[in-house]
Amino acid sequence: MTERTHTPTHERIAQLLAELPPAPWGWVEAARELPRMDSIVERAAADAEYRARVVKDLEAALAEVGLEPEPPLLDELRHRLRDS
Amino acid sequence: MSDDGELVERCRSGDREAWDLLVERYSRYVYAVIVRGFRLPEQDAEDVFQEVFLRVYERLDNLRDGDALRPWIAQVTRRLCLDRLAAGRSELAVDEEQPDRQVLDELDEALDVRLGLEALDERCRELLDRFFARDEPYRVIADELDLPMGTVASRISRCLDKLRDLLVEGRNPGPPPS
Repeated sequence: MTERTHTPTHERIAQLLAELPPAPWGWVEAARELPRMDSIVERAAADAEYRARVVKDLEAALAEVGLEPEPPLLDELRHRLRDS
Repeated sequence: MSDDGELVERCRSGDREAWDLLVERYSRYVYAVIVRGFRLPEQDAEDVFQEVFLRVYERLDNLRDGDALRPWIAQVTRRLCLDRLAAGRSELAVDEEQPDRQVLDELDEALDVRLGLEALDERCRELLDRFFARDEPYRVIADELDLPMGTVASRISRCLDKLRDLLVEGRNPGPPPS
């Protein structure tokens, strides 16, 4: 916590609490589910047939583990498969 | 080790609950920086939001000091917002040129308070979050938390007292063990 020299009033605390409403639920869920991508990469490393299928259709591979095929995820999966 | 340091260690060991907690702890801040600090339109904002957490997830092992999680996430978020603006993919925001520094400072302070909130008991956390951050009316809060409607305001006031005490005294022991 950064140091503040003043004593915050109720009003100020309330104002600061209101500054951080929740992010959209779907965005947060997608971030929570990122570890699911590990399972794709691990399985692809062990199973050549699965890997070929994933490389052919990244979107389907993500959807299969419950991830939305958003562009950043597709890029990352492509990158990780290349490196694995 | 700070609470963030411990959280990072748990994430590194593959603890899914810890990752959920990290996302829960920082998602609001990241969202606010992207949308209010840099004013990115929704589609860009969503992409950048996902890129931030993707980068944090992928590079957590490279973070030398787990206690530096907060400034690191702030830096990653700002960098990715600037990259998005520079790429010119955000037609609405590109004219804005610079992030709103005043807003970014305010959001840092808001994160202090948000982290302080984690140290309160669950009831107070819920009450304050629902009323101030989710903007729920007394009636909804009373129904959801099974409270007499006439007590909601006084409970909110007491919870604010507790939170203020925590913030003033710097007694932020971190959230209860999950």
